[in-house]
Amino acid sequence: MSTRKKVLWGVAGAVIIVYCLFPIAWIVSVSFKAPSDLANKSFLPSELTWQNYELILTGGASELFLPALRNSFAICLIATAISCLLAMFAAYAIARLDFPGKKLILSTALVVAIFPVISIVTPLFNLWRQIGLYDTWPGLIIPYLSLTLPISIWTMSAFFREIPWEMEQAAQVDGATTWQAFRKVIVPLAAPGVFTTAIIAFFIAWNDFIYGISLTSTEAARPVPAALGLFTGASQFEEPTGAISAAAVIVTIPVVVLVLLFQRRIVAGLTNGAVKG
Amino acid sequence: MTTTTLPPGKKTEPVSAPKGGISDRARSERKLGWLLAGPAFLVMLLVTAYPILQATYESLFDFRLTDPDNRAFVGLGNYGVILSDPLWWQSIGVTAFITVVTVAVELVLGFGLALVMVKALRALRPVLRAAILIPYAVITVVSAFAWQFAFDINSGFVNSWFTWLPGVAADTDWFGDKWTSLLVICLAEIWKTTPFISLLLLAGLAQVPEVLQEAAKVDGATRWQRMWKVTIPNMKAAIMVALLFRTLDAFRVFDTIFIMTNGANGTESVSFLAYRQTIARLEIGLGSAVSVLLFLAVVLIAFTFIKLFKVDLAQARGE
Repeated sequence: MSTRKKVLWGVAGAVIIVYCLFPIAWIVSVSFKAPSDLANKSFLPSELTWQNYELILTGGASELFLPALRNSFAICLIATAISCLLAMFAAYAIARLDFPGKKLILSTALVVAIFPVISIVTPLFNLWRQIGLYDTWPGLIIPYLSLTLPISIWTMSAFFREIPWEMEQAAQVDGATTWQAFRKVIVPLAAPGVFTTAIIAFFIAWNDFIYGISLTSTEAARPVPAALGLFTGASQFEEPTGAISAAAVIVTIPVVVLVLLFQRRIVAGLTNGAVKG
Repeated sequence: MTTTTLPPGKKTEPVSAPKGGISDRARSERKLGWLLAGPAFLVMLLVTAYPILQATYESLFDFRLTDPDNRAFVGLGNYGVILSDPLWWQSIGVTAFITVVTVAVELVLGFGLALVMVKALRALRPVLRAAILIPYAVITVVSAFAWQFAFDINSGFVNSWFTWLPGVAADTDWFGDKWTSLLVICLAEIWKTTPFISLLLLAGLAQVPEVLQEAAKVDGATRWQRMWKVTIPNMKAAIMVALLFRTLDAFRVFDTIFIMTNGANGTESVSFLAYRQTIARLEIGLGSAVSVLLFLAVVLIAFTFIKLFKVDLAQARGE
């Protein structure tokens, strides 16, 4: 490539980076603006202030935000763990065994993945109220499986298909017991796939909004995205813009950390699951 | 000139059991297969098939939670009410508009992003990849707030930055009108989901055989010709998968609308309509009927894609 071309592609790359990060930079900037500074018409705050963070972490909005943060973490982690465990067995069977119904399971996962969430919420809303699951952790964990399980099955079976399973027999020929062969050979090969799947499933659960606002009513189970939609200002004359931005920045930190640490794997998982399946 | 693709590789048929009854080994493998995959399969059915059947059943009743004693069977009455209501058709229009605009823009933009990622310097690639994953990983609600605050008449910077554009003034109220609201909603959706499309297209680009590119170059094909006659036809499967997933995803748009306009000024999508009927107005019967109709619409779109455009998921998976 000529130098001119290199520079051109480099500039294009820089434009993309700005495009991707600009809205995030903006919400970070808003989160550091004082209420009186919000209407300053400029991108950056005239003066940095931590008061929005104080408001949501120790101040008036903390009763809404902190329980929501705890709920979100717990519910998303549990839902991710359950769907990864179920998907692990299913993906092993799909990748390794020859049995009729493989296609059925994969197509079911596909259908569940495209299912409109709101069509599930409507009947659950009524049912959960009757059986006491409304506004509880299990009441969200169960429907979250409809989001996390299909993608887990697809992504993990894509990963498992690329595992050289013959190595297990090779190890046994070399004198390893079945358990040793599994633990020393297969587990290290399969672990990255399981881990990547867990990250992607967690992203999807973390992103949920419809279940969160429809199936909860108090801080007993309400997750962060739903809480964000309910923020109000310190007084009724104040817009909650600053507090929302600070809370938005805090919920964005975990996913940004995951992206920075595991970007290569996440890309492989996303494209494997969808394109190669 | 026709498009150029490699002939499909010979498929190796799996060695099947000898004809006439299956062996014990095959039978036990079957059993083990269902034993392992069964629980996941059951859970998937439980969290989707059951609710949609329940919704279908409830959609046949005139039933609101505020008045539970007057539950009455109305047959398809709820569907009649909805389909003859202009609000339904307006929400279908809004949903279709958002879907078509965002998916079309994202496809072009995503293709550009994928090309840049292929061509960019090796040193720049990890940075690009991380940057592109950020919008994907950020929750939709946060993205909606970021874009809303940017365009907000009081706290936003857009009005003061873009006054040189015709139609933008210091006091432009983006959320005061249907079409400007929809524009901002589309922008936020495009920002959030283009990365997903571009990653799928990037994977598709990687599957285009280098030999074909070289051969076309030797034959004197221009860059443009190579793009249209070699690159795109060879990644058709990836494009179709990306289109299918994003179309279905866009058709369910909800979060961004809820945050930005709360359905004001005729910006209600079908999902939003179903939510408002069920959760806000507690009209279980009507809400269920909207949900069922939305489900049918999604199935119809998926079916059309697969039949009309012959999206072969097996082919896309490289089987």
